[in-house]
Amino acid sequence: MKERDNLLEKYSSRVFKNRRTHITQLEGDSDTIAANTRAIPGILTARGCCYAGCKGVVVGPIKDAVTITHGPIGCAFYSWGTRRNKAKPSYKGEQNFIPYSFCTDMRPTDIVFGGEKKLEQGIDEIMEMFNPKCIFICSTCPIGLIGDDVQAVARRVEKKYGITAVGFSCEGYKGVSQSAGHHIANNGLMRQIIGSGDIKPKGKYSVNILGEYNIGGDGWEQERILKKIGYEVVSVFTGDGSYETIKNAHLADLNLVMCHRSINYVAQMMKTKYGIDWLKVNFIGIGATCKSLRMMAEYFNDPKLTKRTEEVIAEELEAISDDVEHYKSMLKGKTAGIFVGGSRSHHYQALLRDFGVETIIAGYEFAHRDDYEGRDIIPSIKPDADSKNIEEITVSPDEELYRERYSAEQIEQLKEKGVELDTYDGMFPDMKKGYIVVDDYNVFETDELIKTMKPDIFFSGIKDKYAIQKSGVVSRQMHSYDYSGPYAGFNGAVIFGRDVAMSIYTNAWALITPPWKSTPILEGTVGGEK
Amino acid sequence: MLDMTPKEIIEKRHITINPCKTCEPVGAMFCALGVESCMPHSHGSQGCCSYHRTVLSRHFKEPAMASSSSFTEGSSVFGGRSNLNTSAKNIFDLYDPDIIAIHTTCLSETIGDDVGSYISDMEIPDGKTVLYASTPSYEGSHIQGFSNMMIGFMKYMTKNTDKKSGKIAIFPGWVNPGDDGELKRIAELMGVDYTYFPDHEGILETPMTGKYKYFPKGAGTSAKDIQELGAVKKLIALGQLTSVESAQYMEKQHKVPFTLLPSPIGVSLTDKYVMALRDISKQEIPQSLEYERGRLVDLMLDSHAYTYNKTAAIYGDPDVVYGFTSLCIEMGITPKYVITGTPKEDFVRQIKALFEEHGMDTEKSVIKADTDLFYLHQLIKNESVDILIGSSYGKQIAKAEDIPIVRMGFPVLDRYGDTIQATVGYAGGIRYVEKITNVLMDRQDADSSDEDFDVVM
Repeated sequence: MKERDNLLEKYSSRVFKNRRTHITQLEGDSDTIAANTRAIPGILTARGCCYAGCKGVVVGPIKDAVTITHGPIGCAFYSWGTRRNKAKPSYKGEQNFIPYSFCTDMRPTDIVFGGEKKLEQGIDEIMEMFNPKCIFICSTCPIGLIGDDVQAVARRVEKKYGITAVGFSCEGYKGVSQSAGHHIANNGLMRQIIGSGDIKPKGKYSVNILGEYNIGGDGWEQERILKKIGYEVVSVFTGDGSYETIKNAHLADLNLVMCHRSINYVAQMMKTKYGIDWLKVNFIGIGATCKSLRMMAEYFNDPKLTKRTEEVIAEELEAISDDVEHYKSMLKGKTAGIFVGGSRSHHYQALLRDFGVETIIAGYEFAHRDDYEGRDIIPSIKPDADSKNIEEITVSPDEELYRERYSAEQIEQLKEKGVELDTYDGMFPDMKKGYIVVDDYNVFETDELIKTMKPDIFFSGIKDKYAIQKSGVVSRQMHSYDYSGPYAGFNGAVIFGRDVAMSIYTNAWALITPPWKSTPILEGTVGGEK
Repeated sequence: MLDMTPKEIIEKRHITINPCKTCEPVGAMFCALGVESCMPHSHGSQGCCSYHRTVLSRHFKEPAMASSSSFTEGSSVFGGRSNLNTSAKNIFDLYDPDIIAIHTTCLSETIGDDVGSYISDMEIPDGKTVLYASTPSYEGSHIQGFSNMMIGFMKYMTKNTDKKSGKIAIFPGWVNPGDDGELKRIAELMGVDYTYFPDHEGILETPMTGKYKYFPKGAGTSAKDIQELGAVKKLIALGQLTSVESAQYMEKQHKVPFTLLPSPIGVSLTDKYVMALRDISKQEIPQSLEYERGRLVDLMLDSHAYTYNKTAAIYGDPDVVYGFTSLCIEMGITPKYVITGTPKEDFVRQIKALFEEHGMDTEKSVIKADTDLFYLHQLIKNESVDILIGSSYGKQIAKAEDIPIVRMGFPVLDRYGDTIQATVGYAGGIRYVEKITNVLMDRQDADSSDEDFDVVM
């Protein structure tokens, strides 16, 4: 495969050996890829750290909890208001700490003598000023090294104030990427929060949306559609989510999983502990949204619900069809590259396809092999030293609350009907032969692939955005949506189409080459003047 | 917005809420980006590098290339030597800079990695340089990291010499590329031959050409210029807290006398810079520069009715806050809250001295270092101001309390075109007098009843 080989041959033999397993040019059924292994130092990986995955992605968006960054100031500063996990109080008086950043702001003496005392004093002040129901403590690099015990602090806080407090040992160096932080966050939520509430859903069919961070309001668009059909959304993990609702998540009927990478642990554990099935949905894309809604209806197997689902789909499609056709006419035939975290590079291919755009390069920052190849290969993944360091918790069926929704046979039947229950097939099956997939992409590879594959538009993050744009390729941020959105659901699809068309057709692209580059200086006289 | 913030203030808090500073390494990364063909390298977990590149890109709206040692749990236990060696090999192989400028992080500092000895044992290709600065994130703030990195460059690269060149050195402190252009322009107008370090013009401000280069040629302070810093006859160091240590280093190590000046923001602080340049070139101030100054003063007088006796909250990094405090005083605005997150008490002394120079009462204002924006918000809740001047994070307070805001300093995350224009110099003064006056006038318009609403103002 030409493009992959051309790229790899530019590497030294040492780097070549590593990277060739992480770059695949798809051939068909037997494609594999290496993932979730250490990034090569100095290669300019796009990856962040464990803290970013725990605090930044999973824990931070829980609006009614105070999330404290325990460490020096930097990490608290960088994770303050920088992901667009939108949130608003769900009722008058609900606490919303999303605009805040809390930090122990450790100094040299704290590093030398330990920071637990300062952390506890800080929590006393937080209790005095805000009196939250829940406190999360997220550790940054030095904490584990100096031996501060954030779990012990959390236990003392719980005892002293009668609130919930969770300590997360999500030091930046743990694991190989943000992914370790997701796992650590999942464990904490499972251990201490999920299952601690007792408010039962009122609706006939209730769901949790897992792995939806409400970037640009995506979660709100999903809730709008689900409520319109008649579903009750018990909780969202974790965009615009709350401690108060996540407590009751175990009482819902079904878990919908958006971002498989960051939340599959909770989905799996809730299945084991409470018997709640999880359904891999994708509300990014018009076709994908319809498919997800139909799978849900199939799962609940109620003719009324199915009818209502079809009504809503028809109504929604009707409302957006003119706009979609308009943007499709502007975008059809374009090609795209997409490098994002651990789910979007797959999800957005569906939406791009709705507009006639093919994704010819796709990559993940921190995915595991199952995100590419599907969960079937999980038993064959050998854990390495780095992943072994991340705690794997085991749960068993809850004596009171475990309830099997469907028997194993029924689940198999549903799966045969195309309901993607308790499974995920990954990104590969949705991509075509010859397309390139890159795991843990870096600046060099992004640059090279843009040159050889020549996509019309590239979706990535802020670190890549301006380099790509300066090289003359349309570049949009897929983590922040360039401060637009939502892109999910039906209304989101139109906004996405509008934004992509805007970026491709914006007038300034035509101005890059100055006229003097193509027009020679005129010499001689004009109009016979002397 | 910020609905949870109580009015009652806890004076000695142990928890920092909504910081007004960040950590040393990002300052080191920013500094190193201002050197020609230099890759800043973060010796720590990947997240540090990712966060720093992100905030720099969001501020400058430009790529910020930098690499990481990608520590794992293993390297945190056994040390980061092999990660650093691998990094250097890969960076030179793939990205081919002339210099790798390493800075440490709280992780590599806490485990006591001896980066200096790692470098001396390292195989470095001919003609390439690897150097480092220690930037423990739990000390100081980002401006300290900037300063430490400058000294790191000089320690490794600047040669000791008794032969003095005719040149001077200018250390701009932490400024935007637009400021670099302006400070150099003024130096050129004043006829001085200078070395400028670091220089982000042409690196964090590049034109759209359809071609992207990792290291734009001819942009940034050259290795040769850093090597020859020891030979300059004099140093003008701007930014009293950002540049003091690098200036002292030049004096101690290379016997270069220095003049330490505030960031030249507004009329009188720019005057100081111009006068310092005149002392070197012994040249009269060019008519064009005097004309610019006159235009700025003219603008201040024209608009004074809308600014006089207004109150401001100024927050951010010490040097830029000092500059804006001075500019506000020139405009007749009372700096009511003057705040930095950087833990340097000299800041308080400097601001108080500035107040006293202008015969102003320091007791009527809150001047505080090592504090946060939560505290500033609480102060405002108790007694409001007419305008906020500082980084983008203040816009939360601006929205919560319905106060106009003018953005300046670092980071400005929600404006385009800001960093390619000057804040310093008379030109920067004109830009900011206009900005400040405009928001105050807009506020007056918005607040006035129909019968009091003036088309002409």
